[in-house]
Amino acid sequence: MFSPTRRKVLKAMLFGGTAIAVPSALYAAEYGRGEGMPWSPLRGQPPYYGTTEASFFTPAEREAVAAICARLIPSDDGPGATEADVVTFLDRQMAGFYGRGQHWYMQGPFLEGTATQGYQSEHPPAQLYRRALAALEAHCRNTYEAGFAALSEERQDAVLKGLDEEEITFAEVSAKTFFDLILKNTIEGFFADPLYGGNRDMVAWRYIGFPGTRYDYRDFVGHNGARIELPPVSLMGRPGWSSP
Amino acid sequence: MKAPALISAIGGLAALMATASTAQELSSSQIERGRYLTIAGDCQACHTDIENNGLPFTGGRALGTPFGTIYSPNLTPDDETGLGRWTREEFHDALNEGIDDEGQHLYPAMPYPNYTLMSREETDAIFAYLQSLEPVHAETPENDLPFPLNIRMSVSGWKLLFFEDEEFVPDPDRSEEWNRGRFLVDGPLHCGACHSGKNLLGASQDDEYLRGGLLENWFAPNIRAGAGGGIAHWDTDDIVEFLKYGRAEHTAPMQRMGEVVSISTQHLREEDLRAVATYLKSLEDELREEEDTPDPVRLETGAGLYFDNCAACHAADQSGVPYFFAPLSSSNKVHAEDPSTAIRIILGGARAQPTDTIPSMLAMPPFSWKLSDEQIADLLTYLRGTGDRRAGPVSAAQVTEMREYLAEEEH
Amino acid sequence: MTKQLPGVDVVLVGFGWTGAIYAEKLTDAGLDVLALERGPWRDTTKDFATTFAQDELRYYWRHGMFQEASQSTVTFRNNSAQTALPMRSWGSFLPGNGVGGSGVHWNGQTYRFLPSDFVAKSHNEERYGPLPEGMTVQDYGVTYDELEPHFDYFEKICGICGKAGNLNGDIVAGGNPFEGPRSDEYPNPPMEMTFSQDRFEAAARNVGLNPFPVPSANMSRAYVNPLGLQLAPCTYCGFCEKHGCGNYSKSSPQTTIIPALMKRSNFALRTDSEVLSIEKSADGSRTTGVTYVDTSGETFFQPAEIVVLCAYPLENTRLMLLSQIGEPYDPSTGEGVVGKNYCYQVMSGATVFFEEEYTNGFVGAGALGMAADDYNGDNFDHTGLGFIGGGYIACYTTNARPIESHPVPEGVPGWGSEWKQAVQANFLKTASVGVHGASMAHRSNYLDLDPTYTDRHGRPLLRMTFDFTLNDRRLSAHLTPVAEEIARGMGGRDVVVAERKGSYDSVPYQTTHNTGGTIMGTDPKTSVCNRYCQSWDLPNLFVAGAGLFPQNAGYNPTGTVGALAYWSVDAIINKYLGQPGPLVQP
Repeated sequence: MFSPTRRKVLKAMLFGGTAIAVPSALYAAEYGRGEGMPWSPLRGQPPYYGTTEASFFTPAEREAVAAICARLIPSDDGPGATEADVVTFLDRQMAGFYGRGQHWYMQGPFLEGTATQGYQSEHPPAQLYRRALAALEAHCRNTYEAGFAALSEERQDAVLKGLDEEEITFAEVSAKTFFDLILKNTIEGFFADPLYGGNRDMVAWRYIGFPGTRYDYRDFVGHNGARIELPPVSLMGRPGWSSP
Repeated sequence: MKAPALISAIGGLAALMATASTAQELSSSQIERGRYLTIAGDCQACHTDIENNGLPFTGGRALGTPFGTIYSPNLTPDDETGLGRWTREEFHDALNEGIDDEGQHLYPAMPYPNYTLMSREETDAIFAYLQSLEPVHAETPENDLPFPLNIRMSVSGWKLLFFEDEEFVPDPDRSEEWNRGRFLVDGPLHCGACHSGKNLLGASQDDEYLRGGLLENWFAPNIRAGAGGGIAHWDTDDIVEFLKYGRAEHTAPMQRMGEVVSISTQHLREEDLRAVATYLKSLEDELREEEDTPDPVRLETGAGLYFDNCAACHAADQSGVPYFFAPLSSSNKVHAEDPSTAIRIILGGARAQPTDTIPSMLAMPPFSWKLSDEQIADLLTYLRGTGDRRAGPVSAAQVTEMREYLAEEEH
Repeated sequence: MTKQLPGVDVVLVGFGWTGAIYAEKLTDAGLDVLALERGPWRDTTKDFATTFAQDELRYYWRHGMFQEASQSTVTFRNNSAQTALPMRSWGSFLPGNGVGGSGVHWNGQTYRFLPSDFVAKSHNEERYGPLPEGMTVQDYGVTYDELEPHFDYFEKICGICGKAGNLNGDIVAGGNPFEGPRSDEYPNPPMEMTFSQDRFEAAARNVGLNPFPVPSANMSRAYVNPLGLQLAPCTYCGFCEKHGCGNYSKSSPQTTIIPALMKRSNFALRTDSEVLSIEKSADGSRTTGVTYVDTSGETFFQPAEIVVLCAYPLENTRLMLLSQIGEPYDPSTGEGVVGKNYCYQVMSGATVFFEEEYTNGFVGAGALGMAADDYNGDNFDHTGLGFIGGGYIACYTTNARPIESHPVPEGVPGWGSEWKQAVQANFLKTASVGVHGASMAHRSNYLDLDPTYTDRHGRPLLRMTFDFTLNDRRLSAHLTPVAEEIARGMGGRDVVVAERKGSYDSVPYQTTHNTGGTIMGTDPKTSVCNRYCQSWDLPNLFVAGAGLFPQNAGYNPTGTVGALAYWSVDAIINKYLGQPGPLVQP
C-alpha cells in the first residue's frame, strides 16, 4: 500500500511529530515569548498502528479468543466478529500499550473492591486474558473434555453465560472481570476504525449504517427523519478512493 | 474598505484596525522612513535565519536557488560580520548596482534588480535605519555553489545580460496612485522575484512578468489582476485585505507569502497597499487555453476523494468559507498552470499566516500519510478539471516527485 | 537538587480554559506571566486534524488526550466505611491533560447558572426554611448580577450560539424564559436543529414546558472573536466530546485565546512541567512560587508574586492539601475547608426508539440540542418535595460513535445474536432525553489525601468519598418521569427509561463535572476562597475552576467557570495590583 518514499515521509511524521518547538537547554519545552504558534509542514500525530506486525496470543489462545468473539457477536443475518476479524484487533491491542496497562495506574496494594470501584486486578489486560484463557481452557476440558473452541455453539454460549452471571469462577483471576473486559474489547474491535485490525472492510459499519469517519454533514442536518445513504469511509479510505 | 463579510463576522475587529493604523502614522525622520522601506523591502525575511530562530537582520538564512544555496549576510552594524564599516555610498551601490563594499558582485538572490528603482535618498534612509539597529556579531556560512558560480565574477556576466541600473521613472499618463503602485511592486516589494517566470539563468523574464514563477518548489501564482489575469476575480479590496490582514475572501497567505505579509505588507500604509492593488488591477492577461475535460473515471474518483477528505473545511461544493478556508472552485493555486503548490500543500499541509489583526492559526493538515500519489493526482485532476478556470490533469509521477523532494527536505 | 529560576509576576498552574483566560487578561495588563502545564503542547493539525480526529478508539476508549491514570489518579469509595481503591483507568469522568485541558475535548454546552444558584443557601432557606441536617449547601459570595458582564464576555470570546430568553429583564420568545437577565443577545444564532430536537420541542411544549436551543460552542456560522480569532462553521460531524475539533468550529483555548497570547512577549508556557507543591514564605503569610518537575525528572523552584491554580478541580484540591494550605476538611466534625463539598452531577434519562423515522444520530454536534429549564434550580415550587435544586431536561444529538452509542430496547441481552440484531435495528433510530441534575453538597461527600496510594512521585493520591445523597435521589425521581413523559410524546415505538438508582458507580462514563474542594464563599471558616476566588490563607494565591462551586447546579459548568475566571482576574487587575493583600477582610 505504501511506496518506499511514502513510508519515508510517514516515518518522518511519526517520529518527528513532537519536535516542533526547539526546547531550550533548561526547560522540557517552552513556548510563547512572542514567538507565536509553532507550526511546520508534515507535522502531526497520525494514528498509532505500529503494532501491525506484533502479536500476543499463542495459536491456541487465538483460537479460543476467536471462538469467544464469534459467540459474543455471532455471524447470522449479517457479519459478526469473525467476518470483522476482531481476534486480530484483540491480538494487536494486547501486544500494545493497552494490553500492557501502560497508561493505567497499576501500583499496589491490590484489593478486591466493590463493583462501583471498577477494575482492581493486579494483572494488566493482556496478562488477565492469558490467565483467564488458561483457566477457561481447564474448565472446559474438565467439564466437557474439550477446549472452548471445540465445543458446540450451544455449549459455548452456556459457558459464556456462566462467566457473565458468575456461575463459573476461576481460582486465580476473576472470571467476571475477564468476561466484562473481553466483551468490551470485542465491541471495540467490531466497531473501531479498520486500521486497528478489526471491523475488516468496515463490515460492522455497513451492517448498522454508520458512515464512519466523515467530517461534514452540513447538507444532511435537515434530514427530517429520512435515511441518509452514504458509503462508510475509514481513516484510510474506502474502495471508491482508487480509480479502477 | 469593503470586507463586509469579514467585518460583520468580526465584532471587535474594527477597534483593532483603528489601533493598527494609528501605530503606522510615521514620523518624517530619515530613520523612520528607512524603517518603512526596510519593511516594504521585506529585508528581514531573507536576512534572518527564520528556520533556526535567528535574531532579526543577523543573516545566515539558507536561500535555495536553482544553482545552489546562498546564505544571507548580517545587516546589523557589527564591524566584523555586518555593515558596521560600510559607508552610505557602498550601501547604495549594493542596492543599486549589486556591488558590495569590496567591489564584489552580489548574487542576484538579493533583489537589486528591483531595489535599483529606489532613489539615493531612499537607500540612504534604509542605511540609516539599519545602522540604528543593535550590532550583533554573526558570521555568515560559506555559500554552497558549484563552480563556476562560486566565483563571484561569474555574476558580472549575468548582470551584463539581465541587469539594468535604473531609477524609477513615473508614467505621466497614469495616475499618481498607479505609479506609486508600480514603484512598490517593481521596487521595494520585488513581487516579480517570485511571481515572474525565470529564464534558465534565474533572471526574471519580461514576457513572464507577474504571470507566476517556480521557486524552491513553490509555484508563486499569476498575480495579474486585470481581465484574464490569475486573480482577475479579486477586486482592489481583496488585494488590500490579503496584504493587510492576511485574510481575503479567496485565500490567505501561506509559507513564503505568509512571511511577506507577516514581516512586510501588514505593516504598510493602507494607501500604499491600495496603490499596489490599483497597479495589479491594471495588468491584463491573455486567457489561458481551456483544457479538455479529463478522464471521467478520474473525475469521479477525485470527486469522492474531495467530498470525503476536503469538504469538512472547503465545503461539499468547493465554496469554502470565505476569509477562513479557501473556496477551491476559484483558487489561483489549484488552477495554476503549474500544480506544484497545490500538490505540496496537500502533501505537507499549510497554514494561513497569523497576523497582528487575525492571530488565528488556521492550518490544513498534511495528507502525505493518508493519500497515495495516485489519489492526490486524481483529487487534483478533479479540482482542476471542474473549477471556474480549467487546468490540466496532474499525474501520479508529479506527486511522487514532490513527495521525494519533501522527504529529502525533511532530512 | 532543585534548580532556582528567575522570578515572574504570575505563575499559572495548568493551562486549560482558566489558565488561558488569566494569562490573556494578565499579560494584557502588562504582567509577566508563566504557565506551567503538566501535559504536552497540543494544537489542531498536530493532535486532532480532520485527517484523523474522528477516531473513537484512540481518543475515547484509549484516552488519547486525557490524563494518564499511570501519572496520577484518584482513589474512590462510596462512603467512609469503605477502603478507597484507585481508579486504575478513568471511567465516570475524564480529566484532560495537555495544553487546552478538557477545553479541547468538551462538548461545548455553555450555560449560565441561574441567579438563585449563586445564593442557593439563603434563597432556599428563605423560601423553604432551614436546609436539612447534613446538607452543606452555601452561597458563592458573588451574585449573578456581578458576574453578568463576565458571562457576556466569555460568550463573546467563545462565539456562543443561542437565543436570549431574558434581555435586560424582558422575556424574549424562543429563548430560555428562566435565565437570569442578559445584557446582550448571544453573539451567534442557534445551531440548526435536527429531527430529534424538532420532536422534542413539540413534545416539551405539549406538556407545558418552554424549550429553547442549547447555548452552543459549536459554531452556527463563521465568527471572529474580540481577540481577532477565527471560528469556522460547525460541520455536525459528531466528534466533539472526548475528541478535539479538526476544523476550528468548536471554541477551545486553542481556537479562542492561545494564538493571541502566544504573540505576546510577556507570556511563556512551559509544557511537560508538573507542579509538585505551592511554596509558602517562612511566616506562612504568602506564597513564594511553585516547585515543579519536568519530564527529565529535574525539579525547579519557580518564584512568583502571584500564583493561580488553574488545573482540574481535583488536582487544585490535591495541590492545596499537599502544600498544606488551608485547613483540610474533616467530615467527622464538619470543620476545615479544603476538600469540602465535593459534588458531581445527577444524570438520568429516557431513550426513544423510532419505528419508521431515522434519527441519524451521527449527524450531530456536542451542543446540538434543545433544552427546557422549567425544572431547573428553583424555577418550580419545591414545597413538600423534600429536595432543593433541579436540572435541565434536554434532547441532544451529540454523536452516534458506535462503540459508545448502540442503545437497545429493554429486555435485550448484552451480547449474542439478539443483541447484535437489536443494535442493527435501532442504531439509526434512537433519540435520548436527558436530565442534567444538580448535585447538592453533603457533609459526607468530600476529598482528602489517600493514606495508602501514591503517584509516580511518591505523593499521596487524592481520595474521593462520594455517593448520591437523598436530595440527589429525590431530585432525580421527580425529574426523570418528566423526561419520560416528553420522550413518550416524541412519536417513537418504545421508550426505555434510565433511572438514577443505586450508589454512584465510578465505572460508566457520566460527566466530567467534578466540583468543589476549593470552594468560594463568604466566611473563611466554611470556604477556601473569598468571593474573588482569592485564598483566605494566602492573599497572593488565587484559585480557578469548578472547584470553587460550593455545590453543583443543574447545568454544565464551563460557562460559569469562564465567568468566574474573568471576574477574578478583573479583581486582580483592578483591586489587587493597586493594593496587594486580602480583597475581603474576614
